[in-house]
Amino acid sequence: MNLRARYARDRVIEGLLVFATLLVVVPLFVIIFYVIMNGFSALNFAFFTEELGSPARAMQGRPTGLVHSIVGTIVIDLIALVMAVPFGIATGIMMSEYGESPMAPVARLMTSTLNGMPAVLMGLMAYALVVKNTGGFSALAGSVALAFVMLPIIARTTESVLRVTPWSLREAGMSLGLPRWRVTTALVIPAAKAGVITGILIAFARAAGEAAPLMLTSFGNNYFTLDVTSPMDTLPQRLYSLAISPYRQWHTMGWGAAIILLLFVMVTFIVGRVIVQRMEDRLKN
Amino acid sequence: MADVVVPASARAAELIPARYRNPGDHFFKLVVLGLSSSIILLAVVMPVVLFIEAAPTFRAFGFMDFLTETTWDPVAAIHGAWPFVVGTLITSFGALLIAALPAIAVAIFVSEYAPKWLARVINYTVDLLAAIPSVVIGLWAIFNFAPMMRDLVYMPIYMWAIEEAEWLIPIIGAPSTYNLITATLILALMIVPYTVALSRDAIAQVPVEQREASWALGSTRWEVIRQAVLPYARTGIVAGLLLSLARGLGETMAVAMLIGNRNRMPFTLFGPAATMPSVIINEFREAVEPLHYSSTMAVGLYLFVVTIGINLLASYIQRKLSISKGVL
Repeated sequence: MNLRARYARDRVIEGLLVFATLLVVVPLFVIIFYVIMNGFSALNFAFFTEELGSPARAMQGRPTGLVHSIVGTIVIDLIALVMAVPFGIATGIMMSEYGESPMAPVARLMTSTLNGMPAVLMGLMAYALVVKNTGGFSALAGSVALAFVMLPIIARTTESVLRVTPWSLREAGMSLGLPRWRVTTALVIPAAKAGVITGILIAFARAAGEAAPLMLTSFGNNYFTLDVTSPMDTLPQRLYSLAISPYRQWHTMGWGAAIILLLFVMVTFIVGRVIVQRMEDRLKN
Repeated sequence: MADVVVPASARAAELIPARYRNPGDHFFKLVVLGLSSSIILLAVVMPVVLFIEAAPTFRAFGFMDFLTETTWDPVAAIHGAWPFVVGTLITSFGALLIAALPAIAVAIFVSEYAPKWLARVINYTVDLLAAIPSVVIGLWAIFNFAPMMRDLVYMPIYMWAIEEAEWLIPIIGAPSTYNLITATLILALMIVPYTVALSRDAIAQVPVEQREASWALGSTRWEVIRQAVLPYARTGIVAGLLLSLARGLGETMAVAMLIGNRNRMPFTLFGPAATMPSVIINEFREAVEPLHYSSTMAVGLYLFVVTIGINLLASYIQRKLSISKGVL
């Protein structure tokens, strides 16, 4: 093949690659555009102050909203976070700082396995362990299911940020005569703090968008409740119920739920990126 | 494992005579190991719990017969997982087939062609796509994508098939709004970010010298990629494809919203179907009968087995078959 033909082929391939990239990137903007366009018109004052109630309430044009789902999401997700963080960070520390322990490779394998597990299985687990034993669907069971989702994500990100903190830091600590646990808690963790927090943020954002495990555990509720032993509503699971309902008014509210979820995910995404970027810049200097 | 670095602190700790060792060390290690055993426990307990909950089904139908039984009729108390296994395989392999080439192309474009700023923009966009909750994508697809595809694509094809290609009808079936092909397309969109990210990582592992050698031989940019970059990254990309497949298998909400939920075979392309995760979501909450309940759990156990199998295969490929033999 002569040189001109080779260059020509190079240009054609480049064109195909650009085309493929557009094909992948464009749907994202289409989805964001539709959610924002339809979502904003669904948001009003009542959306944030009223509970959903029965379908009749929306059909008759009485004010309804999703305040119970928003509060429920916050309650369930925060409890899940409190449950998952100590275990997740400890696992991360173990895999990075106690790499010589025979448990480390096992934990690493289990973490990556759990990371690839469908979230719906976490819901089945939490159902069998919590709902069945406590006698009913509850917000707490939902928190347990989400904690299962968060745990491997936190463990993996913690491990990877601890690993990139320079060894010289640990050696400096050891040379000052600090015991190993003080090196970890006083030097390594503070140095990697931003990364660990980002990992927790990622896990939180991921769990906040999960509907499947919650449908099997916290079940959902059309009314406001703060009782964590009773069924409680959450945004993703409510979004699903609204979307497959036969009521036009509820479809509109579904878009409202979607825009809130989307904005939340985008904000956490941007915050996480900014933190990671700052860390990378600092490591370079 | 080759990549475990024993920290300097660990070696130093062994050199210290027992009486000078810090008691805090012992305590801290105990706490850390204790808390982190939770993750191992979770991974081990999961199949056990699923199996115990599914036991009545396996006792009633047998482990393999439940897999191959094609009827799922809770009213008649006959349960078989085969339709859902088939539905899952069609949607996830279909989605991978659709997603693989564009995803690898994006990975090549951002790592070899695009200027830095553009690569960063594309990477952020793709990662954001991965972060969008499944239900949000499902909502968009229910109200925009699915009706549009039915009117603009499926109906014309069906009409054409009636006139010109009778033999196609049993394969494609009468178009419904929520169907197998829509679910597959959306699933493809949802696994693309994973495929891109994993292929990108595989390409990033290719040493610069490899590229430089090819440049020095007078290759064009594409020849560098084809002869130096892709062969080196190949195993990583294949492992990435497998992991994306596992993602697709387990994707629940968007598929449950779009696939139409039909429990009976045969499935057609434009007709409703069901997958393992979708049947769990749809029937679990209504499963009052013990056998119905244990059957959804059994479907969950199959899902677990398939997912873990693919994940282990992917990590095996990554470790054993790569050019670097897992050193990297």
